[in-house]
Amino acid sequence: MAYTLSVNGRNRRVDVEPDTPLLWVLRDSLGVLGPKFGCGIGQCGACTVHIDGTPVRSCSLPVEAVGKGKVTTIEGVGDTEVGARVQKAWAELDVAQCGYCQPGQIMSATALLSSNPKPSAEEIDAAMSGNICRCATYNRIRAAVRLASGQTGEA
Amino acid sequence: MADGAQTGASRREVIQLAAGGGGGLVLGFTLAGKGEAAPAAPARLNTYVSIRPDGWVEVVSKNPEIGQGVKTSMPMMIAEELDADWSKVRTVQADSDPTLYGRQFAGGSMSTPLHWDELRRVGATARALLIAAAAKSWGVDPATCSTEPGKVVHKASGRSAGYGALATAAAALPAPEPRSIKLKDPKDFRIIGRPMAQVDTPAIVTGKPLFGIDVVLPGMLFATYEKAPVFGAGVDSADLDAARAVKGVRKAFIVQGANAPDGLSPGVAVVADSWWRARKGREKLNIRWKAVEGPLLSSQDLEARMASTARWSVDRIERHDGDVDAALKSAARTVEATYHYPYLAHAPLEPQNCTAHFKDGRMEIWAPTQNPESGRQLVAKTLGLKPEDVTVHLVRSGGGFGRRLSNDYMVEAAWIAREAGAPVKLVWTREDDMRHDFYRPAGWHMFAGGLDAAGNIVAWHDHFLTPGQGVQPARSAGMSATEFPARFTPNFRYGISILPSPAPTGPLRAPGSNGISFAVQGFLDELAHAAGADPLEYRLRLLGDKGMVGTPGRDGYDAARMRGVLKKVAEVSGWGRTRMEPRQGQGVAFHFSHLGYFAEVVQVRVAADGQVKVEKVWVAGDVGRQIVNPSGAINQVQGSVLDGLSGALGQAITLEGGAVVQGNFDDYRLMRIADAPPVEVHFVLSDNPPTGLGEPALPPAPPALCNAIFAATGKRVRRLPVDPALLAAG
Ligand code: FES
Ligand code: FES
Repeated sequence: MAYTLSVNGRNRRVDVEPDTPLLWVLRDSLGVLGPKFGCGIGQCGACTVHIDGTPVRSCSLPVEAVGKGKVTTIEGVGDTEVGARVQKAWAELDVAQCGYCQPGQIMSATALLSSNPKPSAEEIDAAMSGNICRCATYNRIRAAVRLASGQTGEA
Repeated sequence: MADGAQTGASRREVIQLAAGGGGGLVLGFTLAGKGEAAPAAPARLNTYVSIRPDGWVEVVSKNPEIGQGVKTSMPMMIAEELDADWSKVRTVQADSDPTLYGRQFAGGSMSTPLHWDELRRVGATARALLIAAAAKSWGVDPATCSTEPGKVVHKASGRSAGYGALATAAAALPAPEPRSIKLKDPKDFRIIGRPMAQVDTPAIVTGKPLFGIDVVLPGMLFATYEKAPVFGAGVDSADLDAARAVKGVRKAFIVQGANAPDGLSPGVAVVADSWWRARKGREKLNIRWKAVEGPLLSSQDLEARMASTARWSVDRIERHDGDVDAALKSAARTVEATYHYPYLAHAPLEPQNCTAHFKDGRMEIWAPTQNPESGRQLVAKTLGLKPEDVTVHLVRSGGGFGRRLSNDYMVEAAWIAREAGAPVKLVWTREDDMRHDFYRPAGWHMFAGGLDAAGNIVAWHDHFLTPGQGVQPARSAGMSATEFPARFTPNFRYGISILPSPAPTGPLRAPGSNGISFAVQGFLDELAHAAGADPLEYRLRLLGDKGMVGTPGRDGYDAARMRGVLKKVAEVSGWGRTRMEPRQGQGVAFHFSHLGYFAEVVQVRVAADGQVKVEKVWVAGDVGRQIVNPSGAINQVQGSVLDGLSGALGQAITLEGGAVVQGNFDDYRLMRIADAPPVEVHFVLSDNPPTGLGEPALPPAPPALCNAIFAATGKRVRRLPVDPALLAAG
């Protein structure tokens, strides 16, 4: 089946089976490698992208369900004001260890701050709970979300 | 205080760095990327250092980067002594090449201790060449020249020249006499000791392709590889044609392999023009596996075997000091307890993968591996190639934790690529990764302890049951005969018994220590309780006034350094001075491993239903006189502690009919953010060479957690993972 997807502001055509998860369309058909494969069952969040600003697990979303939704990945999220701010905070606090989960973390954090600019500690934990960091950089993830939201002090 | 006297610690100070601390972080880049160096050819000063005419310095990072930060910290050592301007340093990942770089591996927290002197000398040697080149062109004595970041200066005449302008001339000079090379006084460090962001941070936060799974080659195909769920089973048959009928599938074939888990295991490969299509093909395979010889063991079989084993009848005595039986008989008090920890998986977030291309008799490989050279040899041997015809490019790993010391996925990719006749990227599913690991071995410790009237330990007996074959413990399943508290109790006996088990085992972050510490520090807590003593004071008492026990660098254990971190963690955690509410408590534990001394206090609150909430962790660590990169160091310590808690609170790999039960993160639970407590990290600086941080902060975390649970509830956790049902109130 041929599909036209809007990815990071560009229309991209692909020819894949309807049940192909968006993650593999992005990675293998379109060469968009920022979204990562961690579990394939919606458990880890490494594959998180935005569709119309909402975070989704692209490993569990068949391409046929994307429709006209605008897909934003880690490669494109820096073009938004909030996304750029989140990336900057992540860099400033040197959040990553291996870094593999961090594209997904940044996508979840950007979605959170876009809808809730000053989240509480509990709201941060709740919004970020779908993203596993195997290296357990959680202390810095919390601090970076707070930094990006303009809040300071202990996270 | 006798503290520190025995170590000759002339300078014992403490630097305090807040949890999550990014304060004063040096960012050697802009988000646009610091890699935009001018294209002009660099002049190579030695194996590791090249300098471009525009002053950009390229420093080779020799070891695999798995998230432990060596791609930043090792170049920092070179750049420091080179006196480079860190904002103009670019790190280049080396390929696997033992003739150039010697051993290249990520394991044992050894990158720092093995390279601290060597890499600084590399930098200092390059600096000497640059000074010599400048002095020659100015006609002055090199001794009258000095350096500032990125340039040589001659103060007397006010002249200076950038490294970029000097590089070509410097590269043509003979290497300086090694004995003439002087290293900096640490007080003059400008790069080492400052918190530096990882060199790959800009690429990480913008999603650049960095990892093994991101490798793309022209004309590349994608592969999946199914192996038997039952360890050691071969392939009988498979519906290869059904797989080949799936759209996009190019090849499907059986690999006979060999029966060595860390080599090429038997399985069925499906190669397609996308990974998803390869997986769809795999679903059609309907593989029939051959029966394996011998019983198909389950976790219950191991438990039953354990239960029928007596505390006192060991297969083999590994150490016996004094007379434990006599000491137990005459003890004022004895305590017996059995501790158990389960198999664990590594579960790095990036599943195993590897890209390989076989062309004209040569194999080229891109691998996220911790141990490239052994992979290269394995591939050569298995495929019948000459090692020099196999090239391994090192690619960043999405976590390692010891898993990628084995190269099974590398040899699979190489084999499949040769069969497929095209470049191939092999990617394992999460389930492949969970069920074909080299697991942290399960273990049981049957203890008996004897106390004298004053509560001092007069006898310690440990019957250690561990997986293995015959009388040999399996890989990473042994325990050293000098493991604490050997040498600290007058009557000490440690014996071992082997449990046959089908699951392949291997090193997981702080191998051995990560389970042993739970058992030893838990039982020690029981003895403190039996003695009516404060657990932290009791530990200090056991360490006594000893200094270095054993031989430094071999089996040495510096009791003074351990006392130093225990006292520090007592101070920063408010130990004994903080009022705890009902069902709230603090626990302490310490452990020495990978040359690092760590003591940790965990504070928990246990709900009425038994759910454990970890409120905070305090860590004191002594890894020598210098923290190379405080930003990376704190991150490693926090990660290690949370890794230990994550395992203790939620993880177990179990066996059923010779196969692993768990498959993905729904039944093998990794800690999530809401369960992660703040981890406050303190380094105690002692006058010892700097050592590594990838592992030694992990082992104290599980026992400190369980000792805290005891303080909160009066219930002793002797079996991991923690079972909340056993901790409910009432
Ligand atoms: S890969 Fe999609 S949630 Fe894990
Ligand atoms: S940084 Fe390694 S998984 Fe998060």
